[in-house]
Amino acid sequence: MMGKFSYIAVLVGCLLGSGWLESVLRTRVYRRWKRLVLSILPVLVLFTCWDIYAISEGHWKFDPRYVTGIIAVANVPLEEILFFIVIPICAVLTLEGVRSTKPSWKVGDEQ
Amino acid sequence: MTYTQIAVVAAVLAIVIDIRVIKSAVSTRKVFWVSYAIMIFFQLITNGILTGAGIVEYSGIKIIGSDTPVDSRPPFLGDGRIAYAPVEDLIFGFALIVLTLSMWVRLGRNGVQREPLAGPPRFIPSRKRNR
Repeated sequence: MMGKFSYIAVLVGCLLGSGWLESVLRTRVYRRWKRLVLSILPVLVLFTCWDIYAISEGHWKFDPRYVTGIIAVANVPLEEILFFIVIPICAVLTLEGVRSTKPSWKVGDEQ
Repeated sequence: MTYTQIAVVAAVLAIVIDIRVIKSAVSTRKVFWVSYAIMIFFQLITNGILTGAGIVEYSGIKIIGSDTPVDSRPPFLGDGRIAYAPVEDLIFGFALIVLTLSMWVRLGRNGVQREPLAGPPRFIPSRKRNR
């Protein structure tokens, strides 16, 4: 359907599906982008290593019809790297979205 | 190691790291599990698209279920799959989410952009909010 941009389209869908929380629930996650970047970096590195291993061992593979074909690092498609950035953003947005509606629930970073 | 083995190890490690290394213990909080329940719902949708449309294909030797069939969909439910995706993907996602949120909480506690805090939601009338 979306051809080579299918995987990218799913990721864009994730960003659109979670992005409204920033304005409607005032999650202020994108506004705290430095904290967001620092939260994602270690996860990005760890899961990219896992991905390199899993792809080299044949745990999973990508249909070349549905990915751009751009390789980010080793044998890992660009889409996978974007996945390890987009999904953590969705996770933080969800956590802060819940917190916005349930301010009495402790998260652990309160003063 | 198989995907199944790595995923289980990663999920357990993620919890241990959250509690003992990063010391956020976000995985012990109600706010985490409610958030995770929301995330797992959306993971089933997006992962269902990725695996049901055959964008990502799995090897039956490395997962509980069988190979992703060539040019047809894997089972929606059963043969080690939930919403087309191997159950391992849920464990993989859990580890990814725990570690991310653990880091997020720890950085906030350390004063890295603890503020501006989230909320209040926009849909609450401002009059009510000021009371």
